[in-house]
Amino acid sequence: MLAVDVEKQLGELALRASFENAGGIAALFGPSGAGKTSIINMIAGLLTPDRGRIVLDNDVLFDDQVRINVPPWKRRIGTVFQEGRLFPHLSVRHNLDYGRWMSGLAADAKAFAHVVDLLDIGPLLDRRPGKLSGGERQRVAVGRALLMQPRLLLLDEPLASLDAARKRDIVPYLERLRDEASVPMIYVSHDPSEVKHIASRVVRLEDGKVAAVGGVELLP
Amino acid sequence: MFLTPEEWTAVILSLRVATVATAVALPFGIAVAYALARSRFWGKPLVEAIVYLPLVLPPVVTGYLLLITFGRRAPVGAFLAEHFGIVFSFRWTGAALACGIMAFPLMVRAIGLSIEAIDRRLEDAASTLGAKPMWRFTTITLPLALPGIIAGGMLAFARALGEFGATITFVSNIPGETQIISAAIYTLTQVPGGDAAALRLVIISVVVSLGALVVSEVLARRATARLHGG
Repeated sequence: MLAVDVEKQLGELALRASFENAGGIAALFGPSGAGKTSIINMIAGLLTPDRGRIVLDNDVLFDDQVRINVPPWKRRIGTVFQEGRLFPHLSVRHNLDYGRWMSGLAADAKAFAHVVDLLDIGPLLDRRPGKLSGGERQRVAVGRALLMQPRLLLLDEPLASLDAARKRDIVPYLERLRDEASVPMIYVSHDPSEVKHIASRVVRLEDGKVAAVGGVELLP
Repeated sequence: MFLTPEEWTAVILSLRVATVATAVALPFGIAVAYALARSRFWGKPLVEAIVYLPLVLPPVVTGYLLLITFGRRAPVGAFLAEHFGIVFSFRWTGAALACGIMAFPLMVRAIGLSIEAIDRRLEDAASTLGAKPMWRFTTITLPLALPGIIAGGMLAFARALGEFGATITFVSNIPGETQIISAAIYTLTQVPGGDAAALRLVIISVVVSLGALVVSEVLARRATARLHGG
């Protein structure tokens, strides 16, 4: 259960968003500039709200009233960024292992094999991120976030940097991820067709405010 | 090469002084470069100016400042000698200190540029994956800054090897203790018949400095290639 209720002044934009996600996959949908990425960064702990409260599974991550602000490395929230952000100096295998190392988790060959299989990235393991295509990079980024055993997965426009053909290639992987992984997700996108494929619940954001919450019928 | 034992002594001493100066300065150089590149604090322009000061001061002035700070009877020098047994004045360690300080700005500049060039979003990604700041620094920031660290280290080494003014002012020109290559060349040019020996040392100096620059170029290139795929 994720509960977000945050306020932040971002230049011209007065962001004021409040929503909940009880589990499964919810889409944060809206035009660019609506504040979607800022909300994701606040949930991940990379951006500090001016006011508000963020709670995940009864664990308060941020609350300005009682001055709680859990740093990102203690939140255990996997994040997939628009540009992948793979570490260029590490092989794909070490990128995938990074979260486990940093979180002090024991090696789990089964989980590793499962994620590698789910995303079909086995042949890429010994390569460097610089040698991957955009679609491959994003699949590795999803795998890296999954393998840290997150309590919540944030996907911030994971397909936005890809062309239409690449998007079609990767959507099935995301659908499998939704069906097979039990971790709740927030999926950020400005593309209604993409959201229809993946999410069942939609939080529509406009000008920094939540305009509507509901099912895919909210999509244009 | 056909060097006399005295000339060999000067060459070996120079290499030792430059190596120690670079090795000791490197952790400080990385720390200062990181602080200047990343943090904002009160008095930062002043700290920046002090770091780059040896670059613009006449080396003799830097050497004299070292002398009145780290000399045996100077406050800091006396304290270090009494409590830690560290003596700089008229020792090769003093030459290393002078060389290290003279080379420091170049080192900080090269490392700072490479730290500024790092995509900080990669560090954010590391944070979300559970990396505490210290681990994030050692596993992401430091490896990504490696080309600059290599370049800075080698540049500092070459600079230390060529140091003259600050060293001779601070620790004088004692053969076998503080007489580094440049001081030995200077001495040889002052005595009749020293030309041939001076020329030999000049050649050594050119070869070692050139070697250091070539090695740094190759290493930095390799490190850069490693970072960008390959």
